[in-house]
Amino acid sequence: MESFALRVNGRERHVSVAPDTPLLWVLRDTLELSGTKFGCGVGMCGACTVHLDGEAVRSCTTPVSEAANKKITTIEGLSESSSHPLQLAWVAEDVPQCGYCQSGQIMQAAALLAKKPHPSEAEIVDAMNGNLCRCGTYQRIRKAIVRAAGGGK
Amino acid sequence: MSEVTRRDFLATTATAAAGLVVAFHLPLSGGTASTEFAPNAYVHIAPRGKVSIVVARSEMGQGVRTSLPMILAEELDCDFATIAIEQAGASTLFGDQTTGGSASVRTCWDPMRKAGAQARAMLLSAAAKQWKVAESECATADGFVVHSTSNRRAGYGSLATVAAKLPVPAEPKLKDNADFKLIGKRQPRIDTKSKVNGTAIFGIDFKVPGMKYSLLARAPKFGATVRQIDDSRAKALPGVTHVAKIGDSAVAVVGDSVWAAMQGRRALKVTWENGPNAGMEESDVTDGLRAAAKNKGVTLYSSGDVTGTQGKRVEAEYQTPFLAHAPMEPQNCVAHFRGTECELWAPTQVPQDVRDSVAQALGLKPENVTVNVTLMGGGFGRRLEHDYGVEAALVSKAVSLPVKVLWTREDDMKFSTYRPVSLHQLSASVGEDGYPTSITHRIIAPSISRQKGTKLDDGLDPDLKDEGSFIYQPANVLMEYVDLDTAVPLGWMRSVYASQVAFAQECFLDELAGAAGKDPLELRLHLLQQDKQIKFFDTVWSTARLRGVLKLAAEKAGWSKPAANGRYRGIAAHGCFGTYVAEVVEISMQGDAPKVERVVVAIDCGQVVNPNILEQQLQSAVVFALTQALHGKITVNAGGIEQSNFGDYQLARMNEVPVVESYFVKSTEAPTGAGEPPVPPFAPALCGAIYVATKKRIRTMPISS
Repeated sequence: MESFALRVNGRERHVSVAPDTPLLWVLRDTLELSGTKFGCGVGMCGACTVHLDGEAVRSCTTPVSEAANKKITTIEGLSESSSHPLQLAWVAEDVPQCGYCQSGQIMQAAALLAKKPHPSEAEIVDAMNGNLCRCGTYQRIRKAIVRAAGGGK
Repeated sequence: MSEVTRRDFLATTATAAAGLVVAFHLPLSGGTASTEFAPNAYVHIAPRGKVSIVVARSEMGQGVRTSLPMILAEELDCDFATIAIEQAGASTLFGDQTTGGSASVRTCWDPMRKAGAQARAMLLSAAAKQWKVAESECATADGFVVHSTSNRRAGYGSLATVAAKLPVPAEPKLKDNADFKLIGKRQPRIDTKSKVNGTAIFGIDFKVPGMKYSLLARAPKFGATVRQIDDSRAKALPGVTHVAKIGDSAVAVVGDSVWAAMQGRRALKVTWENGPNAGMEESDVTDGLRAAAKNKGVTLYSSGDVTGTQGKRVEAEYQTPFLAHAPMEPQNCVAHFRGTECELWAPTQVPQDVRDSVAQALGLKPENVTVNVTLMGGGFGRRLEHDYGVEAALVSKAVSLPVKVLWTREDDMKFSTYRPVSLHQLSASVGEDGYPTSITHRIIAPSISRQKGTKLDDGLDPDLKDEGSFIYQPANVLMEYVDLDTAVPLGWMRSVYASQVAFAQECFLDELAGAAGKDPLELRLHLLQQDKQIKFFDTVWSTARLRGVLKLAAEKAGWSKPAANGRYRGIAAHGCFGTYVAEVVEISMQGDAPKVERVVVAIDCGQVVNPNILEQQLQSAVVFALTQALHGKITVNAGGIEQSNFGDYQLARMNEVPVVESYFVKSTEAPTGAGEPPVPPFAPALCGAIYVATKKRIRTMPISS
């Protein structure tokens, strides 16, 4: 076990875990931030996506030791009262079905819009292609991102 | 159950789901407070006016927590925006609570309308009594009873105490469809906000105080058993607390965290005793189908006589592979065994089956097993199995602590139950006009139900009766079924046999059209030209309704005009779970590979409850079918399943997903299935489009094989 100081959603959190523990399990089990999901454990589905210093990363393959001293943002910290433009757009388009992958989808899309506020259709697909949705909500995800980027009605 | 646990949980849920309080409904543990008005198990109204509606099906993304309450709220005339939802656990009050077979709206339609109408009738009586006016002068709207001539109105809450003392009408009057205010209108899902801010609590997120985490090492080959366990290294790891043999074919590693249990399982050494199928390979699967094809079949459907028909013969064979459901949330369950009772929090489609299986496994009475139903990260039929619930109960008993059993993605891929393989032999006699006069379809596929222990009295798998329809009517039709054994565990997957049956039948109709130089739509409409009612076990199919969806899809897709340059189209239709669906799939070719650009779906599922959710289901089913058609294949290797994660079992990604256009036939017929019926037509319509582009017939799924 080793102690780590983590900056999660603007708060300093101290955890004592094995240094190889993936950030995902520290968030979910230790810090009780269960909005970040476990899907594949190998970085192939995107359900565990969080931001490290603003970059979208797969928390299931990111050891906690790599996350120390970086700014960690999870779905719980994306906005006050679900007011991020993407969260509003997700509600307006009624995107989620089972909802399990949606935290990761939104975090992935948020990292995209932070860099490219008005992405093209191809840039959206390129950025989102690593995030799986077994319910097949892709069509509404695309619409919601376009809406959040100011292109939708 | 312990009060502490229940309170903890309810508190967790209430804070977690901010904006939407979904409480577990435990009707067996004391019922509702006596001051509440609860005319039946589905609804109760508090004196302050809060209307709570109980959902007795499981939410796995298909929207039952929105669509089912809409049905009740419609008849109750309450304000839908302010209702509270309660999730029923395993109960005896709601009949069969299985969520499957596209049946939730179908089977809850009558009881939930009646439940709402009962409550409304009693509230109206209560108001009329208080005001001393005739009931016929009173009306209801948005949670109030109104007496317009005297300009009086009373909220439902204020009438609850009086209404509770009135007799419950056995047959309350139901609304005419024309008077629906809620049903048939687009309504946003009530769970959306909780699913965009991380507060929705799925099974995998659920915790109880003092809970441990467990992963299981399972037999790597079909039928293998544990011979020897070496847990010295595993137990030496920090955070690993227990190792226990569970049943004959699994060993549980228990720890203080998921990561500890994962590390522990990695360090665990189990020696396995192989069973008779340890050497099974994929070639055995194909050989098994071929060998079974030589057996005599059982008649599934017969019309006319196929034996005496003359004319040109056309024959073709089609094959489909095993498939895995692969819901995004891996299997999991929390169980707390407490000596004489056990409580579970299970993401399950079958709470009552989980209750009964756990009771049997633990030697408890079913009434001493409580099953709470959590939100599910997808189901698709995988959570019709009780395996992970029983595992959690057994591990909790083994360590005498509350335990969450978690499966990894690899566990889910390798130790699932699989959509069966199938072989289809089709043959037809074609008349001089190019239309078939007889069609024979032999379905060779292992029976899911028989493998699970159901005796097939008539030799037919029961699911084929809901999913194996053939509505087209040449003069003579014969459908036969041949069952066979397989060591691969079988399960029901979204649309079950329908996606296989329709793939073969609809591709074959395309081949008949091609052989006769006819348009695929025209040939289909010809075979549906007479209005006929076709009895197929419990369903009476209508040629007119199948014709209706084909025409609607074709019209919306612009079938009568040539496809745009570089675009190719196919069309297919199927009826299952009482519903008719036709799809036009439009593709482009990128080298040798098809790219699906556009899918037009037309569905006739009777009265539409929520067009917003129905549209979601159509989009979802197309993507699900696209995964099957482009990628879906589970194979056997060295006595086990070859695939392990999303690298070798690919799901459709955003770059492969087309624009889906959804069209609903306007209908006042009672609702029929919606979640599964849009799956089957996709693959044959895609293959039709590929044929137009390449002149190659695809007869094996997935198309890359």
